[in-house]
Amino acid sequence: MAEKLYIDALREGLREEMQRDESVFLLGEDIGIYGGAFGVTRGLIDEFGEERVIDTPISEQAIVGMAVGAALSGMRPIAEIMFFDFLTLAMDQLINQGAKIRYMFGGKAKVPMVVRAPMGSGTGAAAQHSQSFPGVFAHFPGLKVVIPSTPYDVKGLIKAAIRDDNPVVFAEHKLLYRVKGEVPDEDYVLPLGKADVKRKGRDITIVAGSIMVIRALEAAKELEKEGIDVEVIDPRTLKPLDMRTIIDSVKKTGRVLIVEDDPMSFGWGAEVAAGIAGSEAFDYLDAPVKRLAGLDIPIPYNPNLERHAVPQVENIVEAVRELLR
Amino acid sequence: MDLTKEKRLWMYRKMYEIRRFELEVDRLFKANMIWGTCHLSVGEEATAVGAIAALEADDMITSTHRGHGHCIAKGGRLPQMFAELLGRETGYCRGRGGSMHIADIETGNLGANGIVGGGVPIATGAALASKMKKDGKVTLCFFGDGANNQGVFHESLNIASLWRLPVVYLCENNLYGMSVAFSRSTAVKNVADRAAAYDMPGEIVDGNDVEAVYHVVKKAVERARRGEGPSLIEAKTYRWLGHSKSDANVYRTKEEIEEWKQKCPIKRYRLKLVEEKIATEEELDRIEKEVEREIQDAIEYAKNSPEPSLEDIADGVYA
Repeated sequence: MAEKLYIDALREGLREEMQRDESVFLLGEDIGIYGGAFGVTRGLIDEFGEERVIDTPISEQAIVGMAVGAALSGMRPIAEIMFFDFLTLAMDQLINQGAKIRYMFGGKAKVPMVVRAPMGSGTGAAAQHSQSFPGVFAHFPGLKVVIPSTPYDVKGLIKAAIRDDNPVVFAEHKLLYRVKGEVPDEDYVLPLGKADVKRKGRDITIVAGSIMVIRALEAAKELEKEGIDVEVIDPRTLKPLDMRTIIDSVKKTGRVLIVEDDPMSFGWGAEVAAGIAGSEAFDYLDAPVKRLAGLDIPIPYNPNLERHAVPQVENIVEAVRELLR
Repeated sequence: MDLTKEKRLWMYRKMYEIRRFELEVDRLFKANMIWGTCHLSVGEEATAVGAIAALEADDMITSTHRGHGHCIAKGGRLPQMFAELLGRETGYCRGRGGSMHIADIETGNLGANGIVGGGVPIATGAALASKMKKDGKVTLCFFGDGANNQGVFHESLNIASLWRLPVVYLCENNLYGMSVAFSRSTAVKNVADRAAAYDMPGEIVDGNDVEAVYHVVKKAVERARRGEGPSLIEAKTYRWLGHSKSDANVYRTKEEIEEWKQKCPIKRYRLKLVEEKIATEEELDRIEKEVEREIQDAIEYAKNSPEPSLEDIADGVYA
């Protein structure tokens, strides 16, 4: 199996789906010759032409709204929003239109579209270009939300998102683009709504998503030296959320730490915590459920402040030690 | 571009159907049989019918919160429409959508919309799909004067013009965005003036003259089908009734409303058809009687239709 970068695996997924299905096309700002602000779509215009890799004006609401209209008319659009933050400009079309059309129309329409966007801090871009809020979209019935953490996952999940008949929000963390991992060359699709056990362990469960999976795995390596055996669960999709896998893991380990990139208050970690508390796993808990998440602040510019604003490996290590004390 | 007798009678029938449908909805609403709210298009029938008469059957439309007329003109069936307003399982949206969300994908109606301007990028996206699929279809985008000040309207028209998409933007300017007069909401005199900013034709038409609307829209549809891009048409018309069911109508005078009632598009067309000897009074009376029977049958159908089952409440959230 070949080692590939996350960004290349993602592009491979897009390319294979565009080759497989003529109704799949890309729509977004600077995705053509420029190849996207982060280079995800680089080279695709050479293969598929400007008819299927469409550069748009800076008009986020129209981009997402047109994706809704094209999806309603039998196409499978993939809209790239340059930064996850800018999804706020397209909220009406995503939430009031795309997410609701099928139900409002009595189940008689389909809106098969994907909205991709890079999220997260760590690049010094400050408050308006650094946010992670995939959980916001998981709140709305009708949307699916994917937060892929590895090159293997991102390829399998983008293919699933494209083939899904619902609007899917696909949240890519910028710091993951350069992460390397094993990715098979052949066609494979990962189901939406199935969590992945990224590391098996018996002492504690860490539920982490997106970039925090990588940090949790690093923390686990660190803790191994102290004889602590960590299990890491990656939900991979926030909606649908695979609580079963999480509950089973907590029943085995008796302790759980939830780590997310989003601000703490009302984040998806609370949903996971409530899911555990309301399940049979509650009786197996040897310690209260613990959460690590971003501070409830806009992401600051200064590198030290920025780093401090979201959980780092050392915070995860420390939190696990506390839980086992 | 001459209209056949058959087409003219179809236009008369559809306008009459819409008028009768809306008045029955008003009556059923007052009898507490319709829940929520609804936005009636009494007085605006000529715009819906004239514009849709200019389309082919498999062309598409997007509609507004005042969308009953568009749905009927596009081929929507009265029984399913009444059933939806009564919240029944047999309604277009199985009682989930109500007045503001009726869609009928089979007849090319991509849906009414509860958000002012919400359908504008959706129509633009449908037109993009047509261009990509080369299916030859045109999308007609209805919107009201209120929507012409929404940001997404401007985003969409810019893109449609840039890419020469097969879409026709049709503003039904009924002179009020809820209670605010058009002159108090919009910096230009006419919505159509804004076409210049997007390098597309902008045309103003008497929205109460069904054939005038037909001819203007026909020209724009043909232009779109030839691949020459979008047009912006503004039909000046008027809604006789309030904005919605909660409107006490205190922002305009009785005289103004009365003046527009004198311009009733249906009476006016009837007169024309008879004067020009296209139809006799008897023929038109017969059409009205047929419509009346259809309306009553449709209401009966809706009343006798089952309520949706609570067990199915989550049906259709996901495909």
